Amino acid sequence: MYTFFLSKIEVGSHLYINITENLHLHGETIIVSSFVVSLVSLFLILGSQNLGKIPGGLQNFVEVIYELIKSIAITQMGPSYYGQFLPFVATVFLFVLGSNWAGALIPWKLIEIPAGELAAPTNDINTTACLAILTSFTYFLAGFKIKGLGYFKRYIKPSVFLLPINIIEDFTKPLSLNFRLFGNIVADELTVSVLVSLVPILIPVPIMVLGLFASSIQALIFSTLAAAYIGEVIE
Amino acid sequence: MVDSLIAAASVIAAAVAVGFAGIGPGIGQGNAAGQAVEGIARQPEAEGKIRGTLLLSFAFMEALTIYGLVVALSLLFANPFVG
Repeated sequence: MYTFFLSKIEVGSHLYINITENLHLHGETIIVSSFVVSLVSLFLILGSQNLGKIPGGLQNFVEVIYELIKSIAITQMGPSYYGQFLPFVATVFLFVLGSNWAGALIPWKLIEIPAGELAAPTNDINTTACLAILTSFTYFLAGFKIKGLGYFKRYIKPSVFLLPINIIEDFTKPLSLNFRLFGNIVADELTVSVLVSLVPILIPVPIMVLGLFASSIQALIFSTLAAAYIGEVIE
Repeated sequence: MVDSLIAAASVIAAAVAVGFAGIGPGIGQGNAAGQAVEGIARQPEAEGKIRGTLLLSFAFMEALTIYGLVVALSLLFANPFVG
């Protein structure tokens, strides 16, 4: 009797690209991120060629997406300031949605890389941490740009006793954004890989569909929260 | 011998983390869903808005369970006390 590996699960192995001795990059995350960015850019560029008064086909689809993101931005940031930050919210939404769905739908296993596996780039905590820190920077810069130095009054806003809580909140906001997105994507990928290692046929499909739904909700949540944090600082 | 103690403690801690992390958000999400269904029953034409708000609230509550899962995953796969 002999055994052979049908499948195995490994967490934490990456394809390391060494720039200098102490600095290395995660290759598989960068490959899939670049793919997602170029795909989304291509889709948007093609959708805005030859704009017609009555949209048809691709332009129609791009306009639907634009209306969705604009409704998020207007609801959270108010009609007078949403235009300045709409590109940021749209970038975050499209990148997170594109990377989650690209990780779940495209058969990356067909491409063999020397170490690690190609999957959604948001399953790397560095990607989600970067998005969360960018969001944090953006609402700081929004506060400084629109309110100047009066921005610091926000810390004693309802009452002075809430000053330590407001300062701690400045750290927990990006932390929670980070872990929410990372945890959701990694949990979905781990569940699907464990199920596939147990029953490779048909059973993992409902979990994969749930994963698609949940990851699109997470993209919506991330962009809504980013817009809400900016709106909270602006008003 | 210290290694097996750390391993055993990490496994138990990971299981307890995920187990307890599911209780609170489970109760909260059930409550939210109940109130949402009652709202839809009371005013069926507001179903779209109620469903949208419900899904948004679910994501916030789910995040608390996910925090427990992240602790469990880091104990199992990236344990700072082992090796």
